[in-house]
Amino acid sequence: MSSHIVSESLTESIEEETGLEEVIQLQDVGVRYRVASESVSTFKEYMIRRFQGEIKMRDFWALHEVNLNIFAGEMFGLIGPNGAGKSTLLKLVARVMRPTKGRVIVKGRVAPLIEFGAGFHPDLTGRENIFLNGALLGFTNEEMQEKFDRIVDFAELWDFIDVPLRNYSSGMSARLGFAVATDVEPDILIVDEILSVGDESFQRKSFERMTKFRDMGATIILVSHIMETITTLCHRAALIDQGHIQLIGEVDEVVESYRGSQNE
Amino acid sequence: MKDTNQTPIYDSARQGTAAWDELQAIIKYRYLIVQFVRRDILTRYKRSSLGVAWTMLNPLGTMLILTLVFSRAFGGSQEGYAAYVLSGLIAWNFFAQSTNAAMLHLVWGGSLLRKIYIPRTSFAVSALGTGLINLLLSLIPLVIVMLIIRVPIRWTIIFIPIPILFLAMFALGIGLLVSAMAMYYADVAEMYQIGLTAWMYLSPVIWSPEILPELYRSWIIRLNPMYYLIELFRMPIYYGEVPDLSLVLISAGIATFTLFVGWMYFTGRSDEFAYRV
Repeated sequence: MSSHIVSESLTESIEEETGLEEVIQLQDVGVRYRVASESVSTFKEYMIRRFQGEIKMRDFWALHEVNLNIFAGEMFGLIGPNGAGKSTLLKLVARVMRPTKGRVIVKGRVAPLIEFGAGFHPDLTGRENIFLNGALLGFTNEEMQEKFDRIVDFAELWDFIDVPLRNYSSGMSARLGFAVATDVEPDILIVDEILSVGDESFQRKSFERMTKFRDMGATIILVSHIMETITTLCHRAALIDQGHIQLIGEVDEVVESYRGSQNE
Repeated sequence: MKDTNQTPIYDSARQGTAAWDELQAIIKYRYLIVQFVRRDILTRYKRSSLGVAWTMLNPLGTMLILTLVFSRAFGGSQEGYAAYVLSGLIAWNFFAQSTNAAMLHLVWGGSLLRKIYIPRTSFAVSALGTGLINLLLSLIPLVIVMLIIRVPIRWTIIFIPIPILFLAMFALGIGLLVSAMAMYYADVAEMYQIGLTAWMYLSPVIWSPEILPELYRSWIIRLNPMYYLIELFRMPIYYGEVPDLSLVLISAGIATFTLFVGWMYFTGRSDEFAYRV
């Protein structure tokens, strides 16, 4: 398995050269969904079919034998086709899911930029939703009070902040969600294809914020389908396909390989 | 950056007891519970014209109907049947609504668990919080009704937090149990709602224990945990008596046991929820 050999020696050499710590480690990680071959949603149906010996469960491995080490301060790219397992991997690091197999170790405070506006309720105002969303991210009331002005400034929503969210355009909700989620000072940032949200000026602001995080020394995992973003921002990257890591290495190398496989 | 002395480390292999971890997590996320309860109450208030008043009007309306129709059949020798029914209804509604909401929040809002990490018990605990607020609000019409029909309100009313605490513990335990089961089978939600209705009729909410024939009395009563909890609730308010120690101890035992079982069952399975939603 050449990918693992590359990974090991690269890991060792990075450690030797820089003495940097691994902040994210995935050791032989697997994520398995048990899917019934037919949809059985009711208890009654389940019992009947069970009785008839007809339930067949299929194992779907969203991730399989994943070994990955990410170092402090790195900007790490994660690329691969749709359904490859990228989001699942991010969710493992964000503690949303536990691995079925293997071990996940994460050192530091994690800010997930995975789903914006999670928990947004349409009947509540922008202001109320900011506090709700902040609570979901694990912040306390005091922390949210402190952050409130900055968040609304970034989202440029002062005129609408006391209006129910149902009256917001999708762009406005997205900006609000993004603003709440990125007003953080994390050690680790996980970013799932968010840079395509909003109009140009907002995208520019997002990009600036991302670079600011990187310059502050945060560790960042970035998932994107836009190769230019990956090559511009990232140092190293990993290619995932069908739940397996195909390649880990310097970003240009990995992107090349991915482009190559796409053109087959 | 945050000071490194406090760098949190997550290691999926090192799992303490899920139950204990979850308890610590829920305490850490207490502000989230406040926000959830706030959201429940605010959205209810915003949608209807009467809003918060419905919390009080609903049991009041049910009580009026039940009193008009049934006071002679079920009231037995109860004085102030209206207040008897209302006090029972308030306790019952608290239990039924909290457990039902816990289940529905998890089933419908569970997709949230797939997007962001929050303690799995958040939904059940916040459902309980909302239920508690509704319970406290509905004590107001109870007191008013008691004043109107001249059922004496005694100083013993200060004991009311005790039965409320036990009811809350019991409701949380049951809520965690049914919501965990509902994650696996969609029709648990339906079955539970039907079960709740049957359970209510088996509990001394609208009828008084003395109208039961001797034969059934011990069966229905002794085996039904809600009997003890509801009677304990009525003691300080409706009967105006200091709660009897054995009743308190039995209720405490029921509440603690149910909460323990529910919590253990739920936290034992909660890792799988993110896979199942």
